[in-house]
Amino acid sequence: MSTPSKPETRTISVDYLARVEGEGSLKARVRDGKVEITEFGIFEPPRFYEAFLRGRRFGDAPDITARICGICPIAYQMSSVHAMEDILGVRMDGALRELRRLIYCGEWIESHVLHAFMLHLPDFLGYQSAIHMAADHRDAVEKALRLKKIGNDIVALLGGREIHPVNVKVGGWYKVPTKKQLEEMVPNLEWALDAATWAVEFTAGLPFPEVEQDYEYVSVCHPDEYPYNEGRLVSNKGIDVPASEWNQVFEEVHVARSNALQSKVRDRGSYHVGPLARYSLNFEKLSPRVQRLAAAVGLGPTCFNPFKSIVVRCLETVHAVEEALRLIDTYERPTRPDVPLVVKAGEGHGATEAPRGMLYHRYRLDDEGYILDAQIAPPTAQSQMSIEDDLRVVLEASLDLPDDDLQWRLEQTVRNYDPCISCATHFLKVEIDRG
Amino acid sequence: MGDDAVVIGVGNSDRGDDGVGAEALGRLEGRVPPGVRLVRLSGADPAEVMEAWAGAARAIVVDAMVSGAPPGTVRRFDAAGAPLPAEVQLVSTHALGAGAAIEMARVLGRLPDALAVYGVEGDVFAVGAGLSEAVAAGAAEAAARIADELAAP
Repeated sequence: MSTPSKPETRTISVDYLARVEGEGSLKARVRDGKVEITEFGIFEPPRFYEAFLRGRRFGDAPDITARICGICPIAYQMSSVHAMEDILGVRMDGALRELRRLIYCGEWIESHVLHAFMLHLPDFLGYQSAIHMAADHRDAVEKALRLKKIGNDIVALLGGREIHPVNVKVGGWYKVPTKKQLEEMVPNLEWALDAATWAVEFTAGLPFPEVEQDYEYVSVCHPDEYPYNEGRLVSNKGIDVPASEWNQVFEEVHVARSNALQSKVRDRGSYHVGPLARYSLNFEKLSPRVQRLAAAVGLGPTCFNPFKSIVVRCLETVHAVEEALRLIDTYERPTRPDVPLVVKAGEGHGATEAPRGMLYHRYRLDDEGYILDAQIAPPTAQSQMSIEDDLRVVLEASLDLPDDDLQWRLEQTVRNYDPCISCATHFLKVEIDRG
Repeated sequence: MGDDAVVIGVGNSDRGDDGVGAEALGRLEGRVPPGVRLVRLSGADPAEVMEAWAGAARAIVVDAMVSGAPPGTVRRFDAAGAPLPAEVQLVSTHALGAGAAIEMARVLGRLPDALAVYGVEGDVFAVGAGLSEAVAAGAAEAAARIADELAAP
């Protein structure tokens, strides 16, 4: 009893973490029971694209940037076309604008359902993968697969292809669907509304670690709409600026362990983008049905527990399905699929809400429409410091767990963010060094 | 219903050798017996894969793989009876690969009666890269073997 306890000298190293997109690393060091570092590094940034975009025509940006990510190509297209349209002085209105919301609904549905059910849910239920989980939760998995596919169908119909859609362009669309084509999706979407509602109820019943973080939430905010493509950048700690001031408010810093630039609020620090931020900053713009559903499952108008992001993803899926139904109901096919463009020089900004958070693009064009420079701040890079903050808090609270459970909890903590390390290999190295 | 067989080429042609499934499928056009459907999937969404082979008595999946073999190596697996060997990974530039889709279908009881998987060892999966030479040859070999298999009584 009188001898001091021996310092812990455990090291855990895992070379493969499935269920995240891309290539990254997670490292934690604990000395004598004290957390010294928690690092989440990204090896594969989209910086390559910024260089690749230089010298290309403005109209190439949506197709090139859509290839950054197979999970959220629409987000890349949306941020790029809106930035270009900002330069060229055109605005999408009417049906052309509505169709862009509709295709984004499709992407939210497919991405949220993939993450919530195939990648994140196994963490909560204690399965190694969705395949292992499917044996015991067959109905849930079947429902989720069908629900996700309905999202794919929207993207495929409007985008032309479901993985790297080619139909969106600066100034509108190459082709617009007929009302009948959209209406054919209605029966599936009606089924999806019930399925997504079930998903909220199902995930709300999961066991959640009791963690609350004092996040600075940042999202696009629109006066009347739950945000997709348009609005100011707003936070719960005082930010309220147009997208054009992204670089005045945020800065990208390079850290040695990561190839991706980490974003921070200037003179302040980490911030958090994604479903929890959108939800907490825009709750009153969710449909009444979603607001009631949130209340019924015990979620208030804000949520600061990162593990509950799985419930919020499902709530946003309900919202996206409802919004898709509304957009189809009111759709009238426009007489032309695009608006005329006059090329000019300038700088433009686009910030839209990818499923995993705000995605910022900035471009500068010369007077012939060639790209002089490009800047892309993906959501996972923006939330990178917030992920590290969470790892520290979760690690400190969980030190009594055995190594296997602790590693599990840390992986789950990273997956709360649905990190899209984007277009790299499928490899996250986890290392816990207990000194 | 009504399809005798379906050949599913999986992969993203924007990602180098991940495009081998699409390449093999292209080479099969016009070379398969009537009643054989060719389906191209750019990703291996389990619901899309299961829908692609729904109603077909037999399915053949062709995809890029990473198993440590020389690039372009073609291997055939009978996947109806057992999962692919552990050292074989079907490549996906998404979170779930064709191997996961097949295993998901197995758990859900949605496999076709006969399922062959042709894996072509890939080399380069970089964004914007084309198919590497050895892998293009592998695509041709896989297509020829699939055509033979479909023509056999």
